[in-house]
Amino acid sequence: MSGGSGLVIAPILLPLLTGAGMLLLNGERHRSIVAGLNVGATIALVCIATLLLGVSAAGTRDVYQLGNWHAPFGIVLVLDRLSALMLLLTNVLALASVVYSLARWHRAGAHFHSLFQFLLMGLNGAFLTGDLFNLFVFFELLLAASYGLLLHGSGLARVKAGLHYIVINLAASLLFLIGVSLIYGVTGTLNMADLAARVPAVAAESRGLLEAGAGVLAVAFLLKAGMWPLNFWLPTAYAAASPPVASIFAIMTKVGVYVVLRLSLLLFGDDAGASAGFGQEWLLWGGLATILFGAIGTLASQDTARLGGFSVLISSGTVLAATGIRQVGVTSGALFYLVSSTLGISAFFLLVELIERGREPGADMIAVTREAYGEADEADEAEEEVGITIVATMGLLGIAFIGCALVIAGLPPLSGFIAKFALLAAALHPADHPGGAIPGNGWALLAVLVLSGFATLVATARAGIRIFWASLDRTVPRVRVIEMAPIMFLLFICAAQTVLAGPVMRFMQATAQSLHAPAGYVSDVLDNGAWGSRQAEGK
Amino acid sequence: MELVLAIGIGTLAASGVWLILRPRTFQVIVGLSLLSYSVNLFIVAMGRVRSGAPVLNAKEVGDAGSFADPLPQALVLTAIVISFATTALFLVVLLASRGLAGTDHVDGQEPEA
Repeated sequence: MSGGSGLVIAPILLPLLTGAGMLLLNGERHRSIVAGLNVGATIALVCIATLLLGVSAAGTRDVYQLGNWHAPFGIVLVLDRLSALMLLLTNVLALASVVYSLARWHRAGAHFHSLFQFLLMGLNGAFLTGDLFNLFVFFELLLAASYGLLLHGSGLARVKAGLHYIVINLAASLLFLIGVSLIYGVTGTLNMADLAARVPAVAAESRGLLEAGAGVLAVAFLLKAGMWPLNFWLPTAYAAASPPVASIFAIMTKVGVYVVLRLSLLLFGDDAGASAGFGQEWLLWGGLATILFGAIGTLASQDTARLGGFSVLISSGTVLAATGIRQVGVTSGALFYLVSSTLGISAFFLLVELIERGREPGADMIAVTREAYGEADEADEAEEEVGITIVATMGLLGIAFIGCALVIAGLPPLSGFIAKFALLAAALHPADHPGGAIPGNGWALLAVLVLSGFATLVATARAGIRIFWASLDRTVPRVRVIEMAPIMFLLFICAAQTVLAGPVMRFMQATAQSLHAPAGYVSDVLDNGAWGSRQAEGK
Repeated sequence: MELVLAIGIGTLAASGVWLILRPRTFQVIVGLSLLSYSVNLFIVAMGRVRSGAPVLNAKEVGDAGSFADPLPQALVLTAIVISFATTALFLVVLLASRGLAGTDHVDGQEPEA
């Protein structure tokens, strides 16, 4: 299964080339060309991700060896079901937010489109890489792009939030390096598959060092994933970011969640000898604490964008807690939930700006942006008059708001409900002792999830009433088709996920099963046919 | 050698942590730089400290144990480049914050006394 098709590297190369090419074209005159390139490249990425998902759904792991060096000596990209799923999710969100940004936001600062492509490159690379150090490089890449994007539009609020965001993430990157080098010092490898093969054989006196390294590494990822108490920066940063940026940032916490899910099952799965199940309790209780913190936060937030930020916390907390339970059924439910909640939250961030447009706090933020880019302002207004505006604006906005709220809170009939149902059904009926007593962690997850769903429902209903019913002095915001279409597109995918829940759930189950059996991953990557025999010869 | 390295890493890391907890942005950036130096030294140390060992001897197939491990050195090089770039970027944001807020406090406003 090695060798693989060259398509696996396309999600990294395409944004790199597009982003670099855009830098040559930057400037006012070329803005429409650059924007067109960005949309075109993102559409191409969605197509590639769909193709790759098709390849991986057949059950093959596509291992791409760069420079044709065998793992563990060379660098590999590994495409399996989970990475293909995350790739597609990332690029779909990217498409929605880039189309949305064309209405006005991409004019609010320089280099929006090239930074956007570099962010995609980092995200795609982080999902594909099979090597810890390259994971670090791709993390830095996506973070560097995200620093620029968070500051996009400028203004004091963004610079303040950006300053904290950058310091936190730089510190986390240093922790990442400490963890990586500790693990290297103990095992002598950074290839994930090779690590998984070596962890069971680590000597007892080095095991403490290995686990310390893994713990430090986990802190770096959990900080990105927003686990309590490492997440106080998150709601402020997400609320300050411009809407298309906040929308794509919804996937950034999921990068942390993805790495935790992959590494904890790969390195500390059932075959890991004395280290099996390392960190499991931490993930479970940390995840539950994150959900509770997020739920309290949604109730406390006055601002709709902050509400979105706290929903991000609930979402990643749920997946982290499910990872801590570590059962095939729970993991597949969590993956279903991850997709649905990320889509819902992303749509919510896009929607927030539209509905706040007619209100004071939102208007403040735009005014700040306008102030910083004074001249662009008038041209902006004039152009907007020409754009197509939607007639039944408030009705459409209301429907979209209800859709987002249903997905995020997890109420029927949309996909959020199915996701939570699958998650809880598996947690309450563990496969290892069917018909037995419900385990304590199942009860805890049930209580916290129901509570957080209720809190989200109350908070979104309150925000909805405040926005759509209670305000008398509001003006109907002018909304263009190009801004409404991406939101509807994301919600449509949620609806499709609901209708096609059967096939989607089967895919998630197959993904979870292969994650819980890391031996297949290890043998595919290390290509036992070639490398194993050579090693045997050497002995 | 080990003791000097360990004390050096510890001192740099401790000073760095102290500085990033300070309220002025300049202190934070110096703290981050010190921390990244200590982390770079730490990566080298994790490749097993050995003085004078070559990476490779010409025309000699020897025991791998007698050579220095080249991988941590490659990692450090990458880490240095990346931390240099991000520090430069942070410096720009620091200046923007100073310009917009009119203060160098990390929260963008002076704490009320």
